[in-house]
Amino acid sequence: MITGLYQSFKRFVFDVDQLSRFSARMVLSLFGRPVYLAETMEQMYLIGIGSLFLVILTGIFAGQGLALQFSMELADFGSKNYLGRLMALSVIRELGPILAGLMVAARVAAGITAEIGSMKSSNQLDALTAFGVDPIRKLAAPRLIALVVMVPVLTVICDFIAIMGGWVIALFIAHLTSTTYMSAVNAKLTFGNVFIGLLKPFVFAFIIAFISCYKGFTATGGTKGVGRATTESVMIASITILIVNFIVTKVVFTFLKGYL
Amino acid sequence: MIRLENVTFGYGDTPVLREVSFRIAPGESRVIMGPSGSGKSTILRLILGLDRPWSGKVLVDGRDIAALKGAELRDLRKRIGMVFQDGALFDSMTIGENVGYYQFEYSKKTDDQIEGEVRQMLQFVDLDTELIDRLPEELSGGMRRRVAIARALLSTRPSLMLFDEPTTGLDPQATANVLALIKKLQEQERISVIIVTHQIADAVKLADKFVIIHTGRLVFDGDLDQLRQCATPEVQDFLSPFRQSVGEVIKRNFV
Repeated sequence: MITGLYQSFKRFVFDVDQLSRFSARMVLSLFGRPVYLAETMEQMYLIGIGSLFLVILTGIFAGQGLALQFSMELADFGSKNYLGRLMALSVIRELGPILAGLMVAARVAAGITAEIGSMKSSNQLDALTAFGVDPIRKLAAPRLIALVVMVPVLTVICDFIAIMGGWVIALFIAHLTSTTYMSAVNAKLTFGNVFIGLLKPFVFAFIIAFISCYKGFTATGGTKGVGRATTESVMIASITILIVNFIVTKVVFTFLKGYL
Repeated sequence: MIRLENVTFGYGDTPVLREVSFRIAPGESRVIMGPSGSGKSTILRLILGLDRPWSGKVLVDGRDIAALKGAELRDLRKRIGMVFQDGALFDSMTIGENVGYYQFEYSKKTDDQIEGEVRQMLQFVDLDTELIDRLPEELSGGMRRRVAIARALLSTRPSLMLFDEPTTGLDPQATANVLALIKKLQEQERISVIIVTHQIADAVKLADKFVIIHTGRLVFDGDLDQLRQCATPEVQDFLSPFRQSVGEVIKRNFV
């Protein structure tokens, strides 16, 4: 058993080392030429527009669910007027980034790993290399840029939709006026809250890009191996997002407490 | 010229090639044969610099390919065309985009100019130019191999072409077409070819010199006469099923 644990630990350290090196190569590939603009725009469209419906759908129902819970609890204390403040805080700081991050991780990370993994198993990556094309610059860099741009955009949309979902609950179930709800929301749109709400999706975008591309480029074992890599990619990206979310929150609370 | 000097290489901890040495003179063609899993395809990957040997050297035109990086490696690769097993066509691109890939990527030619060259190249490999807008999945195995050859040829007009199992999985007619095309490259275009195959009948048609790899070791390097007389047990083992089936065909007066 101890030998098994040691082997697992060794494999984990090796994977982290390889992932770090691969991530560094991905970041370096952003500099220099050629720049694959068409591929980047295509990926922005696929990631942004492709995930929009999913993010809107989850945002609206998660926002409504959260608002419903808060309104019931606040009613006991006669503090329903604070619903907007609580919604803004929880959605902008936590729910929006996490929800958008996990949705993109589930949808996009799976797609990226499967696509690159299939290309690897059919020697298409080697064919690119044989033509003098750097596969990381050609395939991974456009996806990294697209994610870094689109995940924060999707998060802002998710925040907005979730807060509007809360507004529906405030209006029809908590029986608050629009002005009461919106002014409470507005009171919490501070620099610190908006900063933490945009920092998180930015970091999540790197996590999704690094893990999904790495898993695609290192997929082995044919079709079955690509399937396994795809599952692992979504699982690892999702778990990492949750862990990093906590770390970012803790760091921001430590250093930017005065702005929150 | 290609020269392998005591090349040892493997995947993970498992060695695939052990102390392999041979040389291929300029203009010469060579067939690398051996049973499945013997390390034949790995030799092509080493020549192209896709993998680096654990020890020993792979010299292409006198330059150690493992020591080259960046632009130098790209320049050297421009002289080599590679046709992967099953073609390795880019499956999200049309046949036209596949064949003209290198030109679209690197040249300053207009799209119309490139399309003209793609059509010419499709004709050269005996494919209908109407296929230009089709996707690779719509083509047969033999057609995909010919598209892959066209793509390699139009890329940099290489002086050396590497073929990894070019006829594996093809029917006799498609095999004959691909072999005829490789012959055409050798005779009309004066391109040297290195072919990896375990099809002995194909090998004899394509080259005068052969290398046989058995469990990662080189067990034969010579011409057809030397192969005929070779008494090495590994070579005999590799050739005997082919000899038996040919003998059977002759005995039954089928040919």
